[in-house]
Amino acid sequence: MGDAIAFYTLAAFILGFAILVISTRDTVHSILFLVLDFLFVAALYVLLGAEFVAVIQVLVYAGGIVVLYLFVVMLVNLKRPPEVYQDPNRRTRMGYALAGAVLVELAAIATWGYVTPPPPAAAPSAMPVTGNTEQVGWLLYTSYLIPFEVASMLLLVAMIGAIVLAKREL
Amino acid sequence: MFDTDELVLNMGPQHPSTHGVLRVVLRLDGEKVVDADVVIGYLHRGIEKLSENRSWTQIILLTDRMDYVAAATSNVGYCETVEKLMQLEVPRRARYVRTILCELQRIASHCLWVGTHAMDIGAMTVFLYAFRERELILDLFEDFCGARLTYNSMRIGGLPLDIPPGWDKKVLEFCRIMDSKLDEYEALLTHNRIWLERTRGIGVIDGEDAAGLGLCGPALRGSGIARDVRKDEPYAAYDELEFDIPLGAAGDTYDRYLVRMEEFRQSLRIIRQATEGIPEGPIVGKVPRLIKPAAGETYHAIESPKGELGFFIVSDGKSTNPYRFRVRPPSFCNLQGLRRLVRGHLVADVVALIGSLDIVLGEVDR
Amino acid sequence: MVDNFVIPLLQIVIVLNATLVGVTYMVLLERKVIAWAQSRLGPMRVGPYGILQPIADVIKLMIKEDITPARADRWVFTAAPIIAVVPAFIVYAVIPFGETAHLFGRTITLYITDINVGLLYIVSVASVGVYGIILAGYSSNSKYPLLASLRASAQLISYEVAVTLTLVSVILMAGSLSMVSIVHAQRDAGFWFAFVQPIAFGIFLVGGLAETNRAPFDLPEAEQELTGGFHTEYSGMRFALFFLAEYANMIVVSSVATTLFLGGWLRPFPNVAALAFLDVIPDWTWFLAKSFVFLYVFIWVRATLPRYRYDQLMRLGWKFLIPLAIVNLVVTGFVKVLAG
Repeated sequence: MGDAIAFYTLAAFILGFAILVISTRDTVHSILFLVLDFLFVAALYVLLGAEFVAVIQVLVYAGGIVVLYLFVVMLVNLKRPPEVYQDPNRRTRMGYALAGAVLVELAAIATWGYVTPPPPAAAPSAMPVTGNTEQVGWLLYTSYLIPFEVASMLLLVAMIGAIVLAKREL
Repeated sequence: MFDTDELVLNMGPQHPSTHGVLRVVLRLDGEKVVDADVVIGYLHRGIEKLSENRSWTQIILLTDRMDYVAAATSNVGYCETVEKLMQLEVPRRARYVRTILCELQRIASHCLWVGTHAMDIGAMTVFLYAFRERELILDLFEDFCGARLTYNSMRIGGLPLDIPPGWDKKVLEFCRIMDSKLDEYEALLTHNRIWLERTRGIGVIDGEDAAGLGLCGPALRGSGIARDVRKDEPYAAYDELEFDIPLGAAGDTYDRYLVRMEEFRQSLRIIRQATEGIPEGPIVGKVPRLIKPAAGETYHAIESPKGELGFFIVSDGKSTNPYRFRVRPPSFCNLQGLRRLVRGHLVADVVALIGSLDIVLGEVDR
Repeated sequence: MVDNFVIPLLQIVIVLNATLVGVTYMVLLERKVIAWAQSRLGPMRVGPYGILQPIADVIKLMIKEDITPARADRWVFTAAPIIAVVPAFIVYAVIPFGETAHLFGRTITLYITDINVGLLYIVSVASVGVYGIILAGYSSNSKYPLLASLRASAQLISYEVAVTLTLVSVILMAGSLSMVSIVHAQRDAGFWFAFVQPIAFGIFLVGGLAETNRAPFDLPEAEQELTGGFHTEYSGMRFALFFLAEYANMIVVSSVATTLFLGGWLRPFPNVAALAFLDVIPDWTWFLAKSFVFLYVFIWVRATLPRYRYDQLMRLGWKFLIPLAIVNLVVTGFVKVLAG
């Protein structure tokens, strides 16, 4: 009972802020609503018992990535009004079209689903550790080791690319 | 890749670290200084023009207010210039006391310099320590002539008062205290890693360029040029005393700092010698009641704590006022180097460089 | 009911009030200590030896006129100091001041809660605190505070990396993320982690100075800087909140350093039976004493050292501290694995 109340409240906030993200005029306000969104999603993770993921969500997403979004927005002066398009309604119409396409896609997946039903979820293999953090770590380094290494390669490439782009002289 | 405009940033005239009313208009590319335009004149009081309507003795009061940090030095410089013009003989005792007072001023001025320079770079404790020692010197001056900042402590031909009894003991006591305090300042700054990073390689100027720009004093000696008026053209009692002139090598802010720190110690050496060897005798020479030099002109320079302080006076022989009184202030000439020194450095270095040149706006603007 | 609601509420109230009083008196402590280092006395007039000075300061700040710049973003301008202050205070939820106390027949823990990702919680909350600085500079609607705030926040997020890496070394030693478990690990091991992780300790202290914008890393808020700093346009209580946040962060860094490296509430030599007579001293006094030592060191460093230029500061963080922290982490990992 308490769980349900908590979940629906959080969900309402999350959706509300998400709508504010795209509907507000000021870019910085939009980013701030996004931060709030992330914080509430972290609360949702806590509700699910995944406290490690919740804290990492705050640390990495809200505290790192969005800070960099904010830097970029502030350094690029966005106070200038957008240029006048030939057709001022073009963006709205494109938005509706894309939203319609996504909706159709979702409906198709819901109706026809998989060609073959997915195999029943394998019982989690007995892990020698308990506790959310430990289990995440165990899975990451045993079952999902290769995706983990690939992800770190990706981050390394991104870092090197950023440095090469931003440096004036090497 | 990206085109950026130059940013024009105005520093001063009211600013916590320009040591007075100095205005520096910086042109920045990002954070690097591309050019600096130094604007002075905010403290101009017309001292040179005023002197044309003052008698020769009254001008001593005006010279106090030029370099108000080391006022007795300006007094001595002016009096010696007039004595040179009038070919007056200054008694030995007066010359010794003048030397002691000048060197005490050098220490007081350098105390203020080290305190404000360190505070601009962030070491705020040195400021209070240095001013604590400066207070001791100001007490000595108060004993001697009654004033702490603008002394009016010289007269043409000598001094107005003899030193009070026991004053020389107090001076020697001060020298003893100052020695240990100098070690305190050095312990806080000289080998401090942050201090080294903030001052080494900042504002490098080599000897030839420095001499070409007209720099003088520790700013010139920091670049390795051995020019000190006390050695090259001795005045007062300097030809009878032993001392060394510290020289720098690299010409950066750190070397100028080291030069001035060593000058502290050399000044203490001079003061000790002079105090222990004060000759007896009159304190003022044979001076006519009305000072009226014959027509003529002369230039005489002394080594003030900031550099070569020169006075050029023209007398027309008829009136009791000078015809022209011109000062060659060391701070004015050193300030010309600021534009050259800041190029290529960051904004945070500009305050370090202004401090390293050790300027007093009273002298720059007169 | 009482145990689940009233007692935690009381704990929260006590901790919040103690922190507020502590932060206010930190201001006085700093002024006094710096004054004594500089051969002078500090505040002496208000109350005996200046003890009531912080109260005078608080009253002054509260009755000051609240000015909002005309074209500033009002919501963000108001929110920025709050965003700066709140993370500094909610971190106290996981900091253990002691083990337990026995009052009125109940056993009360001397920490508000002990979540099993306590250390990560602290780091993540601290990273949210950066927003206060960025938004303060932005909402002032003026070029120089904006640039100053971006510089200050860039400094903060750079040193966060180094600090977090040292925390990972400590987690490796303790085998747990929970703050209480880390202290227990130090008790079971018999030594404070500062002795086995001196490099991590050093990096944590330097990084802690940089994280709280304290000297020698305080160029973004130094008076000699040309740009007025991110809090130029703030006055009165909002300005007070920023300084509250800075001092609260200082106390947080000291508390975390105490818990992780100096054994938290443990007395010196906790396993030596010969010193058991020291157990009459309550454990939270050890905690407070150790934190106080750190706070004193912070103030001492401010009085003594000159400040780094911004590029030198960033170079120190990225080119020296982070590689050192990574090497420390790798070596710790190796030793842990080899020693079994």
